[in-house]
Amino acid sequence: MIEIHNIHKTFNGTKVLDGISGNFESGKMNMLLGASGTGKSVLLKCIVGLVKPDLGSITYDGRIFANNKLDIKQEIRRKIGMLFQGSALFDSMTVSENVEFPLRMLSDMNRTDRLDRVQFCLKRVGLENAGNKMPSELSGGMKKRVGIARAIAPHCTYLFCDEPNSGLDPLTAITIDELIKEITLEYDITTIVVTHDMNSVLEYGDNVMFLYKGKKLWEGHSSTIMDTNVKELNDFIFSNRLMRDAKKVEQIEEEERQEEERHEEEQNRSDR
Amino acid sequence: MKTFGAFLLFLSSLLKRGESPRILFNRTIDEAILIGIDSVFIVAVVSTFIGAVTCVQISYNLTNALIPRSTIGFMVREMTILELAPTITSIVLAGKVGSSIAGGLGTMRITEQVDALEVMGINSASYLVLPKILAAFLVFPMLVITAMFLSIMGGYLAGSLSGALSGQEYITGLRSDFISWNITFALIKSLVFAFLVAAISSYQGYFTEGGALEVGRASTKAVTNSVIAILIADFVCAQLLL
Repeated sequence: MIEIHNIHKTFNGTKVLDGISGNFESGKMNMLLGASGTGKSVLLKCIVGLVKPDLGSITYDGRIFANNKLDIKQEIRRKIGMLFQGSALFDSMTVSENVEFPLRMLSDMNRTDRLDRVQFCLKRVGLENAGNKMPSELSGGMKKRVGIARAIAPHCTYLFCDEPNSGLDPLTAITIDELIKEITLEYDITTIVVTHDMNSVLEYGDNVMFLYKGKKLWEGHSSTIMDTNVKELNDFIFSNRLMRDAKKVEQIEEEERQEEERHEEEQNRSDR
Repeated sequence: MKTFGAFLLFLSSLLKRGESPRILFNRTIDEAILIGIDSVFIVAVVSTFIGAVTCVQISYNLTNALIPRSTIGFMVREMTILELAPTITSIVLAGKVGSSIAGGLGTMRITEQVDALEVMGINSASYLVLPKILAAFLVFPMLVITAMFLSIMGGYLAGSLSGALSGQEYITGLRSDFISWNITFALIKSLVFAFLVAAISSYQGYFTEGGALEVGRASTKAVTNSVIAILIADFVCAQLLL
């Protein structure tokens, strides 16, 4: 589990994160939701240590991460896997070399074991035949899958995904979301996904944290997100027509159900 | 001053949390091949023609009949070893290698590849930059020695073919009043220039922010700053070591 407490971050006098606290449970898809520029990615970067928070604490399974000794931070970092928005694959390496890289750098595995692990990870993401390709030869979805394979290769305990399905077609986006969800459950990983895709949140999300202008406005299970009365969250969720229509349909169905219940009740009363 | 301070902090970060000697060695050799092999052609062309032009121009200016023609060979040698080979070669390399280093690191930065290394717990500055500086230390002196040889050969060919002086006269000039310290001086300068080009270009590339436009700007800045630094260091070295 990852716990964050009272995270503050300011860039050039602009407050980007304003006292954010929360827990991210293991074996769950923890979603950081919000519109562009609300501080989701900055919060994620604070959690993984790419950005130093001005104030606040971050703990990984009870071990303080931010402002801790370098070797402890290093130890925690070696359990972290991250899927970047643009995949961040190393251009000069093949797909296999990309996946092998963290194993070569961070583990004591011999070459045979490393190659076995690389093949296993590539197979897990459905790219067992793409090992010799260069990143420039891959599609956006394939790059994301290689990114996931690289993240899970060193047996990570924590997986961070920065907008994993941005720039992908809806079908590929679903494939990537499904893959992340499966891996999270399979290896009991603490996964944090930054997204503004409501489809991902509703279909695959477990715990959701909604950020607005650097503040946490709502936190809860994805199944309850549609019933919230937080105006900013409602504005965000129902900003597209599809969601508005879905809400209308839901309301109509609810009204019909209530009408039916009332009707049934009246009939029961008259029968008596 | 702020930039200079940041540059010094950047240099100190190269030595923290370093990778294993094996990885550092392999990365250094890879970088040396990239910097060295790719630059041999341009260094060869530039130095040969500079030697040739120097010879022709000295010959043009040396009209006094009392001065022996072999002086041309002597002057080409001195100019080549003391100044042209180390400085011009380093300026050429600042353009070619410097822009490549800054562009490569800048692209890695904006495509989050540097962040990917950091998330893995790898010191990205040490992993990416230190091998480039060590490779430059290895390759620059070799290229400068190559440039010295080719420049002197260029002078020989130009002098012989243009009829400015005979081959024998040129060689006589080359062999007269040779001071071996000049070679050492040129190699010391090449090491100083190697450090400046690799470190300044890496600094510019490593801290690139933004997009493709900023990567281009970083490359341009890397070349401009490296060339200025080479010229200042050239003067300082001449003052201190000659």
